[in-house]
Amino acid sequence: MTAETTSRKFNIDTVAHAEATPDQALPWAELGLKENEYRRVEEILGRRPTGAELAMYSVMWSEHCSYKSSKVHLRQFGEKVTDAMKEHLLVGIGENAGVVDIGDGWAVTFKVESHNHPSFVEPYQGAATGVGGIVRDIISMGARPVAVMDPLRFGAIDHPDTARLVHGIVAGIGGYGNSLGLPNIGGEVVFDSVYQGNPLVNALAVGVLRHEDIRLANASGAGNRVVLFGARTGGDGIGGASVLASESFDSTKPSKRPAVQVGDPFAEKVLIECCLELFKASVVEGIQDLGAAGISCATSELASNGDGGMHVELTNVLLRDPSLTPGEILMSESQERMMAVVTPENVAAFEAIMDKWAVEYSWLGEVTDTGRLIIEWAGEKIVDVDPRTVAHEGPVYERPYHRPTWLDGVQADAFTTSSAGVERPADLREAVLELMASPNMCAKDWVTDQYDRYVQGNTALAMPDDAGVVRVDEETGLGVAISTDANGRYSYLDPYEGARLALAEAYRNVATSGAAPLAVTDCLNFGSPEDPEVMWQFAETVRGLADACQELGVPVTGGNVSLYNQTGGVAIHPTPVVGVLGVFDDVARRTPSGWREDGQAVYLLGTTADELDGSEWANLRGHLGGRPPALDLTAEKTLAAILVNCSRDGMIDAAHDLSEGGLAAGLSEMALRFDVGARIGLDELCERDGIDAFTALFSESQARAVVSVPRSEEVRFNDMCTARNFPTMRIGVVDTENRALDVQGYFTLPLDVLREAHEGTLPKHFS
Amino acid sequence: MTSSPVETPLIGGPQPLAPADAASPLDGVSVGVVTFPGTLDDRDAARAVRLAGGSAVQLWHGDHDLQGVDAVIIPGGFSYGDYLRAGAISRFAPLMEQITAAASGGADALPVLGICNGFQVLTEAHLLPGSMIKNESLHFLCRDQRLRVENAGTFWTSEYAEGEELVIPLKNQDGQFVADNRTLDELEGEGRVVFRYVGGNPNGSRRDIAGISNAAGNVVGLMPHPEHAVEAGFGPDSSARGAVDLRGGTDGLGIFTSVLKKLVG
Amino acid sequence: MPRIVVDVMPKPEILDPQGKAIAGALPRIGLTGFTAVRQGKRFELTVDGDVTDEVLEQARHAATTLLSNPVIEDVTRVEVLEEDAQ
Repeated sequence: MTAETTSRKFNIDTVAHAEATPDQALPWAELGLKENEYRRVEEILGRRPTGAELAMYSVMWSEHCSYKSSKVHLRQFGEKVTDAMKEHLLVGIGENAGVVDIGDGWAVTFKVESHNHPSFVEPYQGAATGVGGIVRDIISMGARPVAVMDPLRFGAIDHPDTARLVHGIVAGIGGYGNSLGLPNIGGEVVFDSVYQGNPLVNALAVGVLRHEDIRLANASGAGNRVVLFGARTGGDGIGGASVLASESFDSTKPSKRPAVQVGDPFAEKVLIECCLELFKASVVEGIQDLGAAGISCATSELASNGDGGMHVELTNVLLRDPSLTPGEILMSESQERMMAVVTPENVAAFEAIMDKWAVEYSWLGEVTDTGRLIIEWAGEKIVDVDPRTVAHEGPVYERPYHRPTWLDGVQADAFTTSSAGVERPADLREAVLELMASPNMCAKDWVTDQYDRYVQGNTALAMPDDAGVVRVDEETGLGVAISTDANGRYSYLDPYEGARLALAEAYRNVATSGAAPLAVTDCLNFGSPEDPEVMWQFAETVRGLADACQELGVPVTGGNVSLYNQTGGVAIHPTPVVGVLGVFDDVARRTPSGWREDGQAVYLLGTTADELDGSEWANLRGHLGGRPPALDLTAEKTLAAILVNCSRDGMIDAAHDLSEGGLAAGLSEMALRFDVGARIGLDELCERDGIDAFTALFSESQARAVVSVPRSEEVRFNDMCTARNFPTMRIGVVDTENRALDVQGYFTLPLDVLREAHEGTLPKHFS
Repeated sequence: MTSSPVETPLIGGPQPLAPADAASPLDGVSVGVVTFPGTLDDRDAARAVRLAGGSAVQLWHGDHDLQGVDAVIIPGGFSYGDYLRAGAISRFAPLMEQITAAASGGADALPVLGICNGFQVLTEAHLLPGSMIKNESLHFLCRDQRLRVENAGTFWTSEYAEGEELVIPLKNQDGQFVADNRTLDELEGEGRVVFRYVGGNPNGSRRDIAGISNAAGNVVGLMPHPEHAVEAGFGPDSSARGAVDLRGGTDGLGIFTSVLKKLVG
Repeated sequence: MPRIVVDVMPKPEILDPQGKAIAGALPRIGLTGFTAVRQGKRFELTVDGDVTDEVLEQARHAATTLLSNPVIEDVTRVEVLEEDAQ
């Protein structure tokens, strides 16, 4: 297959034409540019832009691509990284995804991204292409993707529109991810009416590679060839850009362009294998996936990250829709496409691999050292720009922000003294059942059973355990654990603390599975940055996350910002989704979240205070006020070290972190995991911490975990906790005889009853 | 499409294709694992062969040569996206002609196992009767599934006892086995129902059928994935043989040892 | 009983992975006379009684609201099946 050259010719807006017609009006406002931004483009070029140039600048300077509102804050992730934190970092922020050294010559790349708005418009395709996009980021680093996970947030479970979104989004994630052969090993499903018109669909992917196989997206070596391969280019994702019809002076306007991108997972699976074969055969110099802003982004980023120049003939792009104008081709977000740089001597080898996998490709042009990105249309110059001005030197805004005036009132409204919380439930058994059946705490099997968790044969832990764990090296058992977490209610109450709490929970989850936490990715979901109160939430979140990363010694390696998640004037809760990656020397040592052996001691690590503000229990009572739980990152570090050491030395057989839903949720989930009961006593705990039984069960105090310890290990376990000065208490014993959660003196809950409540909720709403 | 000299990246990392136990008496037996565009579980099937003591050979759908393998596995996945019908396009692959001819060869017929999408390919290729339609639930379903071995006389089940139960993962979207009543009666009458779902039919398959064979017993297809229950630590949480460690179920391994032993014997 | 047939096709500008895969397979089995394939859906709605204008209108409504997704699909046909009409 070779490139088709087209004889079709628009009456196009060339550079020469732009110079000759300085006063011609262009639809910059319709394309989303502000007047000052458009003037800046004119200033950079020293003339008015051509239609094609305008298309490139408008998409690349959009919030989504340029991070123009968030950049000034995101810098902290780089500034607050210490040398010690960089120790394992092979590739940091700024590339398609960060790469972390996990030892033995192996590296892991991982990243979380949002696909929120497309998933609201067309749930199936929006969620599917979200998976596709993040997986291509991973491939473009030279890695084989090995797992995905999807943190999801929906509106109220009983809202009429929620079922449409849940069905479409879950099926889309499964339909795409399952077809790629990627195990889905975790994620979250949260329901809250604040996400009603703005569901959050975040997608995380993990890839594995050898150190020497890392590929960066840059175009170096003048004379090297530039090739576009994968799916053909159609009008996907440029619905709003049909104003560009004005760039063609045809009387017939192009047909309406679809705003929706349709995914083709089969094409992507072939692209994965094909790219891995390209890497193995060492026939590509640099590679870039095409996501947002398509060819505009790929050409300008490849060129500005390399020798600085590129020359492209745009009519060589293979099209699905021949009516596309040059500007539309540059903006198209058609899926399953990649761009690569190939030396002339490797062209034949490259083409052989494309032919083997029946992947279409077309040679677009070559790398130059002129410092200019030149794009021609049938030999006529339609783009002549410095690629850095497109890719990296977009506008940067210091948006005004201020602390919301309402926040003091909200923070003063503590749950315990509120009308919703002043009276504690008399029947703790019913309270536990209500909690475990609630939309956020109920079993998510209805969702996760639609995902393949087995493919590739390396999944060592998946839902519902605390973290997803995959083996990387079959010989040694070397592997990684990943967990994502966020609590929008905590962030609403205090965005600085909320971000730190999200990191702490993901960090704790990874350690609970037995892995040593190593690196962080984040997806920051917020309302409009033009609202100073939202902007304050964002600024506080970044500051909190960067500070907490520094304190815990885990660097942010990459991520994504999603703004404008709001309907009318009402924004979502600030929702920083934080993913933490940890490493195992041998995944055989991972710790499951449920106990199994009769007679093992059940220990609670950490202390419990009356911390119910923002909790799941308060949420069930319709209350949101006060301050989120206090966070002590030194205690979190000690707890993590204990959990990792216990796993390594075989001192514990089960561990579960305590977070949303507190001890009640922790004990219930541990019992249900393998259908094994336990006898628990709360009196000693209540006495030590000065709390009542309700608080013991439902408070969401941090830096806590429950573990089960074999009798033979109890002395060693206690010695280790004492040596580290970490509070621990034996609160019960595993009981295989009696299939119940028996909280002595308060209630006995048969596991069948608990399971029915826990597992019935999602099927009731969605089956 | 031409075959390129570059090796198919069937195995992601530096993983040996030789048997896990080098001294295995079965290592002389080679089992081919076919890769179509869109195949997903090829590396897993190769690993299962290796763990059972045999040698796995990568076979590319576009080739015309079975490379002298002693048996063939057509693994799971979504070949060609399953877009037309599952397996409908794959069955026209050049290698499928070789497999169809060799599998129909009387006494020396090539043992062939189709797993999930492989089963669908075998039905489209008319090596096995019936077809698969969308699950009754209309959803993709991934769960640990209990099966009963109904016929321990095939090439792929001889290591099991008739009536023995297994727990192996099931994961598919188009897993509902359908055939007309005459065909179903014939399958039952001739003992060609090899596996049956136990403890709840997961997808609406007729007569709870999970797997079938051809008349000679060398060609077997099943929807659940035995290759995901072969290695302790990475399988299901349960086994039909009693309590196991975390993800310790290895009930599927017998399928791979069956064919290896049968070929050596 | 008469039936109303509804055809739904992916919008022309929307990627049709199914059609693309089939178009790729045709030449491999030696059928080279086709340049493109698009795969759509056909529904048959069996009518209780005569096909009145009102019933036809209901079918059109069903076609655009339930049977198709207007974001990515077009309803290309809503009509009484000829063989039933006679």
